[in-house]
Amino acid sequence: MIRIGRKILRTGIRTEALQDSSTAEIREIGAELRDVIDRHFRGSLTIRQVDAGSCNGCELEIHAMNNVFYNCERFGIHFTASPRFADMLLVTGPVAHNMEIALRRTYGATPPPRLVVAVGDCGCDGGIFGRSYASLGGVDNVIPVDAYIRGCPPTPAEMLSGILKVLRGAGIRT
Amino acid sequence: MNRLLGILQKELDAPFDVAERVYPSDIPSCVVPRARFAEAARLLKRGHALLAAEWAADETVFGRGFGVYACYRFGGEYLLVKSELPADDPSFPTLAKRFVPAYRMERQMHSLMGVVPTGHPDLRPWIKFEDWPSDAWPLRKGFDPLRPLPRVAGEYAFGRAEGEGVYEIPVGPVHAGIIEPGHFRFQALGEDIINLEERLGYVHKGIEKRFESMGWLDAVRLAGRVSGDSTVAHSLAYCLALETMTGAEVPRRAMWLRALFLERERIANHLGDIGAICNDVAFAFMLYQTMRLKEQMLRLNHKLFGHRFMMDGIIPGGVASDIDTNGISAILAEMNAFEAEFEQLVTIYDENSSLDDRLRTTGELSSEEARDLGVCGFVARASGMNLDCRVQRPFPPYDLLAVRPSVLASGDVHARAWVRVEEVRESMRLVRQIISDIPAGDVRRPLQRTPVPDSTGFGAVEGWRGETIYWLQAGPSGEINRCMVRDPSSLSWIGLERCVQGNIVPDFPLCNKSFNQSYSGHDV
Repeated sequence: MIRIGRKILRTGIRTEALQDSSTAEIREIGAELRDVIDRHFRGSLTIRQVDAGSCNGCELEIHAMNNVFYNCERFGIHFTASPRFADMLLVTGPVAHNMEIALRRTYGATPPPRLVVAVGDCGCDGGIFGRSYASLGGVDNVIPVDAYIRGCPPTPAEMLSGILKVLRGAGIRT
Repeated sequence: MNRLLGILQKELDAPFDVAERVYPSDIPSCVVPRARFAEAARLLKRGHALLAAEWAADETVFGRGFGVYACYRFGGEYLLVKSELPADDPSFPTLAKRFVPAYRMERQMHSLMGVVPTGHPDLRPWIKFEDWPSDAWPLRKGFDPLRPLPRVAGEYAFGRAEGEGVYEIPVGPVHAGIIEPGHFRFQALGEDIINLEERLGYVHKGIEKRFESMGWLDAVRLAGRVSGDSTVAHSLAYCLALETMTGAEVPRRAMWLRALFLERERIANHLGDIGAICNDVAFAFMLYQTMRLKEQMLRLNHKLFGHRFMMDGIIPGGVASDIDTNGISAILAEMNAFEAEFEQLVTIYDENSSLDDRLRTTGELSSEEARDLGVCGFVARASGMNLDCRVQRPFPPYDLLAVRPSVLASGDVHARAWVRVEEVRESMRLVRQIISDIPAGDVRRPLQRTPVPDSTGFGAVEGWRGETIYWLQAGPSGEINRCMVRDPSSLSWIGLERCVQGNIVPDFPLCNKSFNQSYSGHDV
């Protein structure tokens, strides 16, 4: 226990403060993101992530949003296990033919109003996998999409900034 | 002399040809009569070989029928055994009775290529779903990959268990977390798991077919996206296969940089997994600590190589970016800081009795089972199998680096975590050695020619998850006729099914995390 306590104290708080963040995007968007979520989502934007066919690169970066540097929970962003509780679906991948039904059902299980964000070059337009017998291409070929976050994969900072743009695009403003 | 080839030459009761135009030249390939395909497997099994991969290729473009290939491994030796099947009767004797890995691979060949393994005990579709038209064989040359697949009626027949109090738990494909999709079907009695059946294929993107429409140089980008967490291992295995086909001479500095990328990928992924295993038993402290180290590493990757996961960093003929003295000192400083921090965390892990209680004897895969199932990578090394391509078949610069493998015998979740602790230590040592000994020179040399028609190439790389194999075949005009991708997950997924039997349902996520196999790499 002593070692754990000592390690925690020595590590300190490594979450990047918004004022002196080494990642410029977070400095710019962090305050605004928190403000929008506080006002319009009562402080809590709940996201269900759906991998519809990704190579798992985007998943790594979505995970990284939760690490201590980005600490997306401080902006009120939470990931939920159930689409029933979700305000937003974060969908990655080209939509695999074999995932189409599961994606439609997940969308159907998410209560409206719901926001859908296509993540990654593949989620946006199918990326390198394109459209084929096995890949239906971008997410918007299967369910309605409100916004797109490009990148292969998008970095955690790009992901946070993309989420803010979604909220703005949906007419939710500070 | 290849020992496995010697066994066949001595004992196989039929004449056979040792094929030409296989690269690299130390991977012999032989063509045996179709009726002897399983007999060769029997002899090689008796010679302690493992089945590393099995696949089929449509060779009608060469005026032949189909080729079925089995890749055997013994230590650092590989042997390809091929049989040719006529196009109007594409059947061959199954290897599933000798080698467990053939069980799913032959289902996959049957589903996607339409070749028929006779005597196979279970020909339910694999990766192909039952709502595809039954004559849709995407890997055949006559199949139009751009035409959307119609859906037909059909249902997958899961194994069942019956009896008083037995119940089923269906999980997935959409799981409760930020992970890839797949379906797990449990039969349980109370808390105890009687049986688990995996059903994969949800993220099948038609990658192997997609390769066939790409150019040799562009296709490395696709290889880098087969499984995002192993992008370095996949693109390297693809490049090794292609470079041996074209006789390319890769500059020495590029080889060392490739090893640097591979070891950095290994450290980053192992760190994340060690933390995630601890987090699954509610020891969140470790997850936050290891994810912090991982994030620092990804940021340095981004700074030095332009991408957090070093995607597209390896290209045919070399690497995309070089490293300067500032970069080398940045990595050295990183390793100095990491080593101290990592050892503190390892001590905390080691002293924690709750971890001990939850991780030891959970999800055991015995050495016998691991060998029977033919698992690879850290899963095999945690179950007493000394398998590591960097050790047994070292490609440069690993021949000079002398990797020390870590092998544990207990085969439980703890062993799979601890093998990775040891591998992080070893990889940190390798990274130091690489940056101190890296030779000067160019980092890429364009390929001088394209592959000769009807030639094949082979590449095997020990990625962080295990042995990653690519097999390439050039078509009649020198284009990609077939690209076989064998992610380590294709072998190791089945180990998870076995290891959870007799465990309790709530320990499944922990067992699964300790394997952390790729869905995308398996489903291609």
